[in-house]
Amino acid sequence: MSFKDKLLSSYIALEDYLEFDSPLHDLRNNAIKIFEEKGFPTKKEEAWKYTSLNSLLKTNYSIYSNKERNVELHDVRKYFLHEIDTYKLVFVDGVYNSFLSETTHDSLDVCLMSAALNKSKYKPVIEAYFNKAAKSDSLTALNTAFTKEGAYINIPAHKEVEKPIEIINFSTGNEAAMFLQPRNLIVVGENAHVQIIERHQSLSRNEVLTNSVTEIFAEKRAYVDYYKIQNDEATASLIDNTYISQQRETVCNVHTFAFGGNLVRNNLNFYQKGERCDSTLKGITILKANQHVDHNTLVHHIAPNCESHQDYKGLFAESSTGVFNGKIIVEKDAQKTDAFQQNNNILIDDKATINAKPQLEIFADDVKCSHGCTIGQFDEDALFYLRSRGIGLKEARALLMYAFANTVLESVKIPELKMRINKLIANKIGVSLGFDL
Amino acid sequence: MLKIKDLYAGLEGKDILQGINLEVKAGEVHAIMGPNGSGKSTLASVVAGKEEFDVTRGYITFENEDISELNPEERAHRGIFLSFQYPIEIPGVSVTNFIKTAINETRKAKGKPDMPASEMLKMIKEKADMLEIDRKFLSRSLNEGFSGGEKKRNEIFQMAMLEPKLAILDETDSGLDIDALKVVANGVNKLKSNDNAVLVITHYQRLLDYIVPDFVHVLMNGKIVKSGTKELAYELEEKGYDWIKEELV
Repeated sequence: MSFKDKLLSSYIALEDYLEFDSPLHDLRNNAIKIFEEKGFPTKKEEAWKYTSLNSLLKTNYSIYSNKERNVELHDVRKYFLHEIDTYKLVFVDGVYNSFLSETTHDSLDVCLMSAALNKSKYKPVIEAYFNKAAKSDSLTALNTAFTKEGAYINIPAHKEVEKPIEIINFSTGNEAAMFLQPRNLIVVGENAHVQIIERHQSLSRNEVLTNSVTEIFAEKRAYVDYYKIQNDEATASLIDNTYISQQRETVCNVHTFAFGGNLVRNNLNFYQKGERCDSTLKGITILKANQHVDHNTLVHHIAPNCESHQDYKGLFAESSTGVFNGKIIVEKDAQKTDAFQQNNNILIDDKATINAKPQLEIFADDVKCSHGCTIGQFDEDALFYLRSRGIGLKEARALLMYAFANTVLESVKIPELKMRINKLIANKIGVSLGFDL
Repeated sequence: MLKIKDLYAGLEGKDILQGINLEVKAGEVHAIMGPNGSGKSTLASVVAGKEEFDVTRGYITFENEDISELNPEERAHRGIFLSFQYPIEIPGVSVTNFIKTAINETRKAKGKPDMPASEMLKMIKEKADMLEIDRKFLSRSLNEGFSGGEKKRNEIFQMAMLEPKLAILDETDSGLDIDALKVVANGVNKLKSNDNAVLVITHYQRLLDYIVPDFVHVLMNGKIVKSGTKELAYELEEKGYDWIKEELV
């Protein structure tokens, strides 16, 4: 039985437990039909030209974890931003772990999707927002059909959340291979501020494939800072589908740190629905071995007077592969749009590959759009300069890599997180630079 | 200290240096002058170990060790310093952090522990003051957005921190106004001792008013065609290089 067939028959079994008369049930039924029709994307689709899921789909994944495993805090503490106080939503093999989490209902909701889906007091929010920003592509639809658990975050108007919120998905390897589908809904009210850190972390060498969907709604003048840390085991693969719907005068920033995992696909979609929105998409990708990371971004400028800034840096060693596919659409009404996209890559080894494809579709006539893409090797003159100061080749390369990636780090607004990322970068590059980054 | 013997070196099978012979002793200041394209910067790069250049004949010794096969960092660890004509910009790495890395890498190569932070800070302050470098300047990203003068001053600051035995100054005067030139030259003079040596590479005599050479060599078509004392530099300034060409014929 193919994995697709397995999923379809699992859905039939799941249906028995589902809420019957709710609009959500119709949503799930529609979603599974979409998935049944379209199936998993293949390289024949333009958007998946450089990323094949074939080898991942041969594995016989468990869709639900049968055994529960306890995760000890001291084993996983390092994956939390433990230097500072944070709210935490921790999931182990797709199941909420109350012991490791720190939720709240005190003037804001940082809690569970399962609760939000089942309790009537959340019904208006679910009806207003759930699946309203998500595209109906097959992977998102698959997640929608099976939606069970994830983060539910609702920040009321004018609330400035005093500490960051961490969403952490652990997989334990209790099952030989696991298929996870977290579903997050984040609603940020008018003029509210929030910082969120999301991480997927495998705790074993067993295979895991995650198909995650996150919807973020930023209401008028809301401010959202979102950080994705992707530094997983070589047996963990991730398809991340994130949809951000921005109302007028909102600022939304997403930083993606793609340092690990087997195959990672980031579908990051921004929709600017009101005037004077600001969107920032930044990423650092550092890969080696046979790692593959595909950044597929969309910024959809729908309303006038908005800005978007994209800055993706990639360092590819050994036989790793990177893809950057950045699409900007400027609708006819989106006059005075200022859209900027930058993608710079360094191929460290001869076998490394990067496929970069900027796409601009502009239907308005008074806009400023620019994009730049570079693919290069190390600058020999720069290396000579550093080495002539007594800095060894390995360290000189590390220093240049650090300098290269640095512009993306500048805008990280949580100092402890910035320090963490700095250390991760130094660690990825495999060298201590002899000073505190 | 530095001996260059019958050195042929170049790029892609074409020799730019065609038989250089030069000896620089401790305590001496040598100037290499010559028209554009004569091979001055190539000579500086080859001595510092730039791997792009192939040495096809001859050798370079430094303190009686053949360094022709050493890589740039190994030469730096032995005390060779090159002040670049076009220093490279390194965003995100401050001047201070860069020099810390350079010093500690050199110490590591010599089997020494890192320089204690307090000692490092003291030294940075002392050398920055000597070169009239503002403290704010030290926390800026290395060479990023620096003016021509700031870049050169920063090169000499690195030289002051690294305390090389042989400093090669490649066109350090280019892009400097007279005040900046004086500060830079003054710094070099203060660092000068009987134990170290300076090789000044320049197109113009101007810098040599401030860093006074013991010997002046004229480089043309990859060869040292004439050597003399500082008076030769004045003669070149006055008459240009053509008379030497004629003399050679």
